[in-house]
Amino acid sequence: MSLLEIENLSLTIGDTPILRGVELSVAPGEVMGLVGESGSGKSMTALTVMRLLPHAARAAGRVTFDGIDILAATEDQMCALRGDDIGMVFQEPMTALNPVKTIGEQVAEGIRWHTRATRADAEQRARRMLDRVGLPEAKFPLSRYPHELSGGQRQRVVIAIACALKPKLLIADEPTTALDVVLQAQILDLLRDLVAESRMGLLLISHDLAVVTEMSDRITILRHGEVMESGDTARTLSEQLHPYTRQLALASMHVPARARPHGAESSQPLLQVEGVTRDYAGRRVSLFRRAPDIRAVDDVSLSMAPGQSVALVGRSGCGKSTLARMILALDRPSSGTIRFRGETITGKSEPELKPARRDMQVVFQDPYGSFDPRQKVEKLVAEPLHVLEKKPTRAERREMVAHALHEVGLGQGDMDKYPHEFSGGQRQRLSIARAIITRPKLVVADEPVSALDVSIRAQILDLFAELNHKLGIAYLFITHDLTVARAITDEVLVMHEGRIVERGKTSEVLDHPQSEAAKALVAAAPDLHRAIARRMQEQG
Amino acid sequence: MIAYLLKRLAIALATLILASIVVFAVLEILPGDPARLMLGMNASADQIELLRDQMGLNAPLIWRYLHWAGGLLSLDFGRSYTYSVPVIDLVRERLAVSLPLALIALALSTVIAIPVGLFSASRRGRAGDTISMGAAQLGVAVPNFWFALMLIYVFAVWLRLVPAGGFPGWSAGIWPALKSLLLPAVALALPQAAILARVTRSALIEVLNEDYIRTARAKGLPYRTVLWRHALRNAMIPVLTILGLQFAFLLAGTIIIENVFYLPGLGRLVFQAITQRDLIVVESVVMLLVAAVIAVNLLVDFSYAAVDPRLRSRS
Repeated sequence: MSLLEIENLSLTIGDTPILRGVELSVAPGEVMGLVGESGSGKSMTALTVMRLLPHAARAAGRVTFDGIDILAATEDQMCALRGDDIGMVFQEPMTALNPVKTIGEQVAEGIRWHTRATRADAEQRARRMLDRVGLPEAKFPLSRYPHELSGGQRQRVVIAIACALKPKLLIADEPTTALDVVLQAQILDLLRDLVAESRMGLLLISHDLAVVTEMSDRITILRHGEVMESGDTARTLSEQLHPYTRQLALASMHVPARARPHGAESSQPLLQVEGVTRDYAGRRVSLFRRAPDIRAVDDVSLSMAPGQSVALVGRSGCGKSTLARMILALDRPSSGTIRFRGETITGKSEPELKPARRDMQVVFQDPYGSFDPRQKVEKLVAEPLHVLEKKPTRAERREMVAHALHEVGLGQGDMDKYPHEFSGGQRQRLSIARAIITRPKLVVADEPVSALDVSIRAQILDLFAELNHKLGIAYLFITHDLTVARAITDEVLVMHEGRIVERGKTSEVLDHPQSEAAKALVAAAPDLHRAIARRMQEQG
Repeated sequence: MIAYLLKRLAIALATLILASIVVFAVLEILPGDPARLMLGMNASADQIELLRDQMGLNAPLIWRYLHWAGGLLSLDFGRSYTYSVPVIDLVRERLAVSLPLALIALALSTVIAIPVGLFSASRRGRAGDTISMGAAQLGVAVPNFWFALMLIYVFAVWLRLVPAGGFPGWSAGIWPALKSLLLPAVALALPQAAILARVTRSALIEVLNEDYIRTARAKGLPYRTVLWRHALRNAMIPVLTILGLQFAFLLAGTIIIENVFYLPGLGRLVFQAITQRDLIVVESVVMLLVAAVIAVNLLVDFSYAAVDPRLRSRS
């Protein structure tokens, strides 16, 4: 018998239909993967089960958990279920914990509430649970506050809260999306162990087909609030009977067609980084003493040819973004020099840097946060033009913006729109248009596709490849996602604790990693092919 | 943590010194010679010159500032021209009225505002929210002296529950004294409470949209418990900031309210001293008010650290 049974669930918010006739079930000890792109209704399905929907939402259909009719249950009944029989883990570990309460209080709170245990007993159970999720007492006493923990550690605390009372069902909504691949693998392992330990049912929600395939027994594919296909994971993904399943699978493994890399070997290097180090002052321990300096980037040297596409990969906090900021002359190295087009850019003043700035641009991760919502596209895309020697006239400016928009696949009419009128993928096209409008020689892209859905991500990767070919722009991709590195770069640099520990041709490094850091990244990276093959093998 | 507190303390002291320089300088450049004022229109130039010497008005500016500031530190504020008593005695007597008044008003506005803010935020967009925020809007808009007159009319003239004005002195007993401070305190507190309730509401609404509220709800805590245990403390930072700023407005408000209720407080003292050009008194009381505002804001800074563990990060 199923633990959770969702039958013909429909949901509307105001007049907007969110879910239409969703069917889904989870058995005890089973992992059900719920996959879909953003806006497909995955999270709303989860919140319906928890009955934590927004006020305006109206649900119809049947949701049965352990014999209880969820949609008809009273709020008191739901409070008794939440946190006791149903636990939930959320996407964003950085904000999921109350900043003014200790982790001990936050884990013990649910235990005390549901079991009426004394404070001491509840804290003891909280302690055991934190040990269980890999936060041992010696390093993580109950008195720690969330801001003293990293993202991965916080997600462990959230899991400890959700699993403290051994729930029958755990709902995990994108539990690893905000984490780097190595942490992701650790968290997924932890969830797998918890499922095996107490025959807990797991509803795993993700946009990442590879993660879901690795984890789940069965899979449900959601699109625009409707179930496209559902069934056994291995069979569903190996047969790919439904066109949308095929489309998703293809998109998540997409490799853009690329012409031979440009970069004439003989020409002068575009970018040379020589022995660059960046120290940050340690934090103040007392009025007169500081902790020793933190070395974010440690003696890094690299060189890029014109038109070359290079990936800088590493776990979060390894120093890759600091290095990128120094290359963009947004931060100064503590020592070492950076040369761009043969000219030293370290230690130059802002006016002296202007010519260099023309030739280097940046694309950021978050297509939502990188635009002023109150300005029109024309102004936003034209922003970098102030570095030009001669200020363009208004007509020239419109001409240049129109041209840049055309190159990224947007229309001239989009010039007079505001950012909110575009989808996430279109916005990332806008940030690329903004980056290429000055005809730069180098574009630094910081996780440019990790916030995007797989199909859109495939399109954006294609766009990067096309612009590389057409305009000969060199790319420095900063990413922890090896599929991106594999899809679009010629060379890869693996960074670990501030140093570059391995470098070489992308395919060679990713297929035969030598350093520990690179091996760990490759082993942890979810891979759809590998996951399907393993599933098939397990089932014989 | 210690570093944070010391830094705040240093900033507060620097502000106090700067404020004393400004107060001293402003009264220095104001037209009017205190000696001439004291001696009247018919005094001869010699007499004035003699008094100026006696009062130390002929000494160099910097020396006079140091003398004045040193006096403030040792609570020697000088003598009032009009009352011919030491300013400190005047201030002490008046503070016995104004300080309780301001504290009662502050407590009252907090006690009213926070529950109203909680109520409104938890019923966002519903009738209860609309009504209480409408009332708050009215409270912000109505001037407190008019409101004070209405209070006098209803509670003193019509219901005859409390005196309409005046202060019997603490020697008349605690209850009669408190009774005469009640209406002025309400008149002072309500406009402040209205502002504070709005701030509490919007701070809470912002916090209620945070992810950790959802985490707390997913633990099975009822909405009300989440509101009290998780939302309120996180919403306290903006509320405390406004509370600190309001203290300054409360002090300014006493000048009007004490005149309406005929209370012998600091506000009335300042008002009278200004009309009588008793600059020593004005200087001293203004400095005292400045010091009080700075002290309260220092207290607010310290309470941030108590509320938010991120400010007292461990070593």
